[in-house]
Amino acid sequence: MQFRDQTRRFLAGQLSDAEFLPLRLQNGLYIQRLAPMLRVAIPYGMLSSTQMRKLAFIADHFDKGYGHLTTRQNIQFNWPALADVPDILAHLAEVEMHAIQTSGNCIRNTTTDQFAGVAVDEVDDARAYCEIIRQWSTFHPEFAFLPRKFKIAVCGTRQDQAATQVHDIGLYLLKNENNEIGFRVLVGGGLGRTPVIGSEIKAFLPQEHLLSYLDAILRVYNREGRRDNKYKARIKILVRETGTQAFKDKVEKEWALLKDGPLTLTNAELKRCRGFFHDPDYKALPADSSTLETALNTDVLFASWYEQNTHAHKKPGYAIVTICVKKTGFAPGDLDSDQMRFIADLAERYSFGEMRITHTQNLVLADVEKNELYSLWQALKTHDLEADNLGLLSDMICCPGGDFCSLANAKSIPVAEAIQRRFSAQQLRDIGQLSLNISGCMNACGHHHVGNIGILGVDKKGEEYFQISLGGSSDHNTALGKIVGPSFSQDEVPEVIEKIVNVYQQHKTTGENFINTYNRLGLEPFKEALYGNKRDDHSTD
Amino acid sequence: MTTPLIKNGALVDDNWVLVNTTTGVDDIAILQDQDVIVPLSIWLTEQQLIRSRPAKTAVWLNSHETPEAIAESLGTLPLVALNFPEFKDGRPFSSARELRQRFAYQGEIRAIGDVLRDQLFFMQRCGFDAFALRDDQDVDNALRAFNDFRHVYQPAIDQPLPLFRRR
Repeated sequence: MQFRDQTRRFLAGQLSDAEFLPLRLQNGLYIQRLAPMLRVAIPYGMLSSTQMRKLAFIADHFDKGYGHLTTRQNIQFNWPALADVPDILAHLAEVEMHAIQTSGNCIRNTTTDQFAGVAVDEVDDARAYCEIIRQWSTFHPEFAFLPRKFKIAVCGTRQDQAATQVHDIGLYLLKNENNEIGFRVLVGGGLGRTPVIGSEIKAFLPQEHLLSYLDAILRVYNREGRRDNKYKARIKILVRETGTQAFKDKVEKEWALLKDGPLTLTNAELKRCRGFFHDPDYKALPADSSTLETALNTDVLFASWYEQNTHAHKKPGYAIVTICVKKTGFAPGDLDSDQMRFIADLAERYSFGEMRITHTQNLVLADVEKNELYSLWQALKTHDLEADNLGLLSDMICCPGGDFCSLANAKSIPVAEAIQRRFSAQQLRDIGQLSLNISGCMNACGHHHVGNIGILGVDKKGEEYFQISLGGSSDHNTALGKIVGPSFSQDEVPEVIEKIVNVYQQHKTTGENFINTYNRLGLEPFKEALYGNKRDDHSTD
Repeated sequence: MTTPLIKNGALVDDNWVLVNTTTGVDDIAILQDQDVIVPLSIWLTEQQLIRSRPAKTAVWLNSHETPEAIAESLGTLPLVALNFPEFKDGRPFSSARELRQRFAYQGEIRAIGDVLRDQLFFMQRCGFDAFALRDDQDVDNALRAFNDFRHVYQPAIDQPLPLFRRR
């Protein structure tokens, strides 16, 4: 409603471009290279079959029949018309969805590990806290015009799949010696032009103080974050320029005023929010399934998919399934409306009508009975959704790139496809776990800094070139990749990736994955393979 | 030129004259019978002059200036104005909240500068209670802004309790 009036005033000339800009951004609307782009909020990446069908409807009626999964666990549409956007928002509202705060200089969608609530070994279900943060941050009156965008992640799993350490605020759930729940608080992480791993400013924040502490951090940032230079406006720069200890002191001083105030979480509220994420009606099942065993022994393609794309579930007899949206020949993370409807149907039939978007641009069915896995896999095949490359080199994070985005230096999607085509399925399995992330420009939407292999599109005198970095990682041991040397042309990239993989395969010990081999060897052997003896003095290009 | 001023949900006459940073002390002397809002620099350096004036004097803070600078005067100040050099500079939101929360300031907090219709709701929540709209703003439409949303999650100045304590 509010945005309908704002759009009306903009189209009537009563709002200037500059004044409409933050209003449309707060409603998820960008103006892109070819058309506006609308980003729909999917809190902590979870959505229902009903909501997915509505997204398919929007893709058909207001877009070109598809949507794109984002690294903030959202979905974006690349082709809506501005005048249609209020109608799209009205459609979204029918299924309790919106596009609020998916862009603009405000607190964005809070993300978490896609296995929250079903992982075997988690401290606590992070989704309840994401929901608490979502409510606190929605239309927060004081923090609607921050120096820059602000991203928060909460992680309660042992194997962090939320890239928590490269968020403006990263929260790790943990228990203290008295078994009380709280958070380890990191601040000032981020990617973009200046990649930084977050610094700890609180080793243990008791859970009831979550919101007052966040309020304190945000107030310090809102007051003191740089506003003179867009590229120095993120909180990571403020933390670096202030010093971690001094920044922490400022937060503590602000927090002293807010602590134990009305924002203190009550037991009733914690219980209520946990209640949103209660377990579905799981059946009592045996841990093993003979149906599954038989299928694994008779169908090698299924067995390969099972090995790559399913994970252990906290309940016996269930598995977590990831549908990898990275089939070669399809833009990474793109779903067409038929696939959306089909996945909605599958979720209803196999997984309690719920699905989750991952920050690696895939989809999760979190609660599938092991008995049903073979049947599910056969169904996925009918809609090109059976890709068995989850976590492999071809399961890339990739931004929309220069095909769509007005910021990009280079087109990332064709590069992704050329790399995917270079390797056979068998080669990919032999290479094993390897993350490859591609960004079309240094804004780093494709998270290239934290890919085991990172690819960055750069502009060299009007030509598209690609800079390669190695050694990045976004899990509990987050690391930023190191640039290997001068950049390459688009045609050279697939061969470069192959050479890098060859070095790994020559040097790996049994069972050692790419990142561990790299950490053992360092950059040199890879440099040698790519540039030979040409010792370059301009290796950071 | 008159800037439309909204107070208590209605358009009101404004008795204050805003003095900008380029105005000299001599000009203020000429305005001696006029209630004025002076910049922080004048407020801090010209206390003697200010105390001798027959009319009232208030102060305005730019977005990079903090309420701490006038903490000692807040007990007697009838009005503090907070300037938005551009509407997307969000610092005055925090300043207003600090004035109300940290300093328990009870007087008028006036939004001045690039004050636009679509920010009024947030300003009100942060403790602003007077709004000097930018000249080109449609006043009738602006008056509706205070009802943009019916429910709010967060505690703020207008509603001290978060929604979860009001269920």
